[in-house]
Amino acid sequence: MIPATFEYYRPKDMAGVLSILSKHGDDARVMAGGHSLIPMMKLRMADVPHLIDLQDVGGMSGIEIGADSIRIGAMTTQSDIIDHVGLADAAPILREAALQIADPQVRYMGTVGGNVANGDPGNDMPGLMQCLDATFTVVGLEGERDIAARDFYEAAYMTAREDEEVLTAVTIPLPTGGYAYEKQKRKIGDYATAAAAVQIVKEGGSCVSASVAMTNLSDIPVYSEATGAALVGTSVDDAALKAAMAAMLGDIDPTEDNRGPVAFKNHVAGVILRRAIERAWSRA
Amino acid sequence: MKDEVTSREERVENLKGMGCSRKRVEDARFTQGKGNYVDDIKLDGMLFGDFVRSPYAHARIKNIDTAAALEVPGVLAVLTAADLEPLGLHWMPTLAGDKQMVLADGKVLFQGQEVAFVVAEDRYAAADGIELVEVEYEELPVIVDPFDSLKSDVVLREDLVGEGGALPDGAHGPRKHHNHIFTWEAGDKMPTEEVIANAEVVATESMYYHRTHPCPLETCGCVASMDKVNGKLTLWGTFQAPHAIRTVVSLISGIEEHNIRVISPDIGGGFGNKVGAYPGYVCSVVASIVTGKPVKWIEDRMDNLMTTAFARDYHMTGKISATKEGKITGLHCHVTADHGGFDACADPTKFPAGFMNICTGSYDIPTAYLEVDGVYTNKAPGGVSYRCSFRVTEAVYFIERMIEVLAIELNMDAAELRRINFIKKEQFPYKAALGWEYDSGDYHTAWDKALTTVDYDGLRAEQAQRIEDFKAGKTRKLMGIGLSFFTEIVGAGPVKNCDILGLGMFDSCEIRIHPTGSAIARLGTISQGQGHATTFAQILASEIGLPADSITIEEGDTDTAPYGLGTYGSRSTPVAGAATAMAGRKIRAKAQMIAAYLLEVHDNDVEFDVDRFVVKGAPERFKTMKEIAFAAYNQAIPGIEPGLEAVSYYDPPNMTYPFGAYVCVMDIDVDTGVPEIRRFYALDDCGTRINPMIIEGQVHGGLTEALAVALGQEIAYDDMGNVKTGTLMDFFLPTAWEVPNYETDYTVTPSPHHPIGAKGVGESPHVGGVPCFSNAVQDAFRPFGNRHTNMPHDHWRIWRTANELGLHD
Repeated sequence: MIPATFEYYRPKDMAGVLSILSKHGDDARVMAGGHSLIPMMKLRMADVPHLIDLQDVGGMSGIEIGADSIRIGAMTTQSDIIDHVGLADAAPILREAALQIADPQVRYMGTVGGNVANGDPGNDMPGLMQCLDATFTVVGLEGERDIAARDFYEAAYMTAREDEEVLTAVTIPLPTGGYAYEKQKRKIGDYATAAAAVQIVKEGGSCVSASVAMTNLSDIPVYSEATGAALVGTSVDDAALKAAMAAMLGDIDPTEDNRGPVAFKNHVAGVILRRAIERAWSRA
Repeated sequence: MKDEVTSREERVENLKGMGCSRKRVEDARFTQGKGNYVDDIKLDGMLFGDFVRSPYAHARIKNIDTAAALEVPGVLAVLTAADLEPLGLHWMPTLAGDKQMVLADGKVLFQGQEVAFVVAEDRYAAADGIELVEVEYEELPVIVDPFDSLKSDVVLREDLVGEGGALPDGAHGPRKHHNHIFTWEAGDKMPTEEVIANAEVVATESMYYHRTHPCPLETCGCVASMDKVNGKLTLWGTFQAPHAIRTVVSLISGIEEHNIRVISPDIGGGFGNKVGAYPGYVCSVVASIVTGKPVKWIEDRMDNLMTTAFARDYHMTGKISATKEGKITGLHCHVTADHGGFDACADPTKFPAGFMNICTGSYDIPTAYLEVDGVYTNKAPGGVSYRCSFRVTEAVYFIERMIEVLAIELNMDAAELRRINFIKKEQFPYKAALGWEYDSGDYHTAWDKALTTVDYDGLRAEQAQRIEDFKAGKTRKLMGIGLSFFTEIVGAGPVKNCDILGLGMFDSCEIRIHPTGSAIARLGTISQGQGHATTFAQILASEIGLPADSITIEEGDTDTAPYGLGTYGSRSTPVAGAATAMAGRKIRAKAQMIAAYLLEVHDNDVEFDVDRFVVKGAPERFKTMKEIAFAAYNQAIPGIEPGLEAVSYYDPPNMTYPFGAYVCVMDIDVDTGVPEIRRFYALDDCGTRINPMIIEGQVHGGLTEALAVALGQEIAYDDMGNVKTGTLMDFFLPTAWEVPNYETDYTVTPSPHHPIGAKGVGESPHVGGVPCFSNAVQDAFRPFGNRHTNMPHDHWRIWRTANELGLHD
């Protein structure tokens, strides 16, 4: 658990970050809270000769709630998400999810940007951002560009962000309707055995829109359009729930690990999804 | 000094003696981050050593090239077996009579095995050096299953096979196969088989008590410092038995024992993991001798989980016979014990399977037989007693599962089955079929108190309703009621049958009373969090009448502490606690003579009263212990030497047998496999209670480790011998979040042979807790046809049970 030698940088602005990144290419990595990257470096599974700490770069944290969207700076911590009063009203699913990430000590350091940018399929925020149809803003020497969260993840630890780019913000359309983030895990601090993020809108007793994403059930977070479609137009009765569960199972691709074999994960994914939909529907 | 205004009650209270929930004196430093652990030790010029470890579970080593590693700035040396061989230190004896490679001698036998020791100026250089040691391995067939091992042509330990495949005897007698270590028997085989063959009812079950690990928060480590000027070796380390380590180091290194000083500083939990001797200790000592500088070695978490001593890994098959009415008539147990690549179990020499022969439990079983076969596999060595006396968790799990299975066979309530088979109060001292003599017990009283407190009948009625609701589709949660009644066997032990490497398992206490009436007492034990500095002072306070707050307890430095065998197996209170009381009584005996002299009466005319000696029949005439202490040093008393000191080496006449009754109520989500512990009631009888607050803390801790083991904690291997649970991501260490509220309770049945009647409590909750949690899971599924499922009951295995019983259809 001793990392290889690395250079540590703590630039004061994004220009400084980008110049180090452009100089060293994929030999350099930026670090937000460090709770994913540092353990990987200590295990010598990540080789990072040039480590750029973003803590001193200004303007990267904060939560702005606008008329139709919420902008969350990449350096905003999970703890900030939990404590933000306005956010609990505007997008309560964020708080519900953040409370299920790791433990309080980790949440003081762990950031939203780090959580979504790292591309770890076990992280909770990537799945949540699929559900919320978020947009990630990245900046490079060429300037800023936006990438839809649903287009961001390519494979485990592989994302649409280029090596020389830094993820700076997450923007979420103001969610409407009922919500739920349901997660089964073995213990505090564990990744999900299965987790489901659901936003659902009810009008006159029937579902008019539903957005569903699953966590840690594939090598990327799974946005399941078919699951949402199975719910729209229904009264979210037992038949609709079963159809939604079946649709979701078509989109996930879990692998066996110490949490259990594939059959178990598929079964639990269905149960967790059902509970998430039921709770979201009860709040819609 | 006259204090007639102080009532007797107040004087008792002022002592903070036995029975007082005295706050822990250790906690001031621990809660302020002022503890002094091994890794806190920093010496001038100190170097760091760390291991190149094998990625393979079984491989021959073709070559080790250290050249590139030696080029790393700061790397000073790389030790291999070839360097240790001339010193005769490339192998070392294990506590179990086997020997173990210190550094890989031609081959490796488990993943993570120590191959080379890199010594560097700091940890970072050592880690960089490790990366560059090039080891050429030739992979060999891997055996991770002991049953496969006993059938395999693959020889794991060529060093234990003679010419032409001859099998020399092992440390515990003849061996049946080249991968077989020993067979150990207890009880009567033929009569037991006969009773079972002719019984009205027989229940048979096989169960696997999985491999797990004590996982103390502080990993193992040491600092070795060889002073070449005075020839003295100082070794600080995470040692649960510092004196034994000193003797072992002396025996294997040839350094005279007076030139070795072993110091156990604060220890961050042991739970058995820190009993044994590890290659890191030997390599640090050698490296310090070679470099002339202090050398530190500290495991990281993965090293600790993968290589230092594991626990359990017992495959147990039982047969239990009974009359139709449920009176047990016989018990047969066979164990196939997976000891890994070397037999490094930490057990008394004559007990290669520990006290597994306590497996008749709390029951009056007239006939029994136990047979244990130890087997080598390509897994890490160890086999320590994780928060229990030697193999007692295995024994208690076995009998408490067999009772449940027998209850199913008899279609009988498991609480009632226990009740009709308990050893009766009037049967103590009770000679068990497998050889032990239980000192005291009152099982029926404890059981009745437990069942009444939890409203057992009400729980069963609620469970019956739940089953109906489940079958009617009204709920997806089942309710399990876990029962366990355990008898521990602790306080090893009588020297006549308990030794480790020939070292008798007595323990010791040395007391010095200071002239002004305070004291220091030193013991042969070492606290790893148990609170010895608090409780041993309480024993002394009651024995010698000086306040506990005026008594310093010191342990862990072999230059100052009297010889003792250390702390594990709940032996501190039964053995060193007894030595403490006995040494205190020697102090008191001398104090009595001094008091009599001062009061100008005959010795027999004064009697001890809380904190003083009083003249019989004239309580206004007294001398306090404080006064007596001053006189002992400063007044010429005819016929009495100055000073007030005593030492006691206590060889216990018997083990002690704490017991307890536990009940767990659990709700289980059959769809996700998630168990929720609704209630946990733990009644412990540890004999005389020294500090109720510390007892409660010990019970909470032991139960939490029991919950861990029962519900998920394991060291799992894949078929290639790779450890799958080498980090805390996968190795289940519960946090406050996973832990239920515990209700604690007690009865008091003192040990008749212990000076203060105490029995020890630190391990009881673990021993009794594991079967209780497991039985709760199993009980929930009993109405649907479950007989037995193996631990750990993690989510997926519980789900699998539900699935196999058709509860998802």
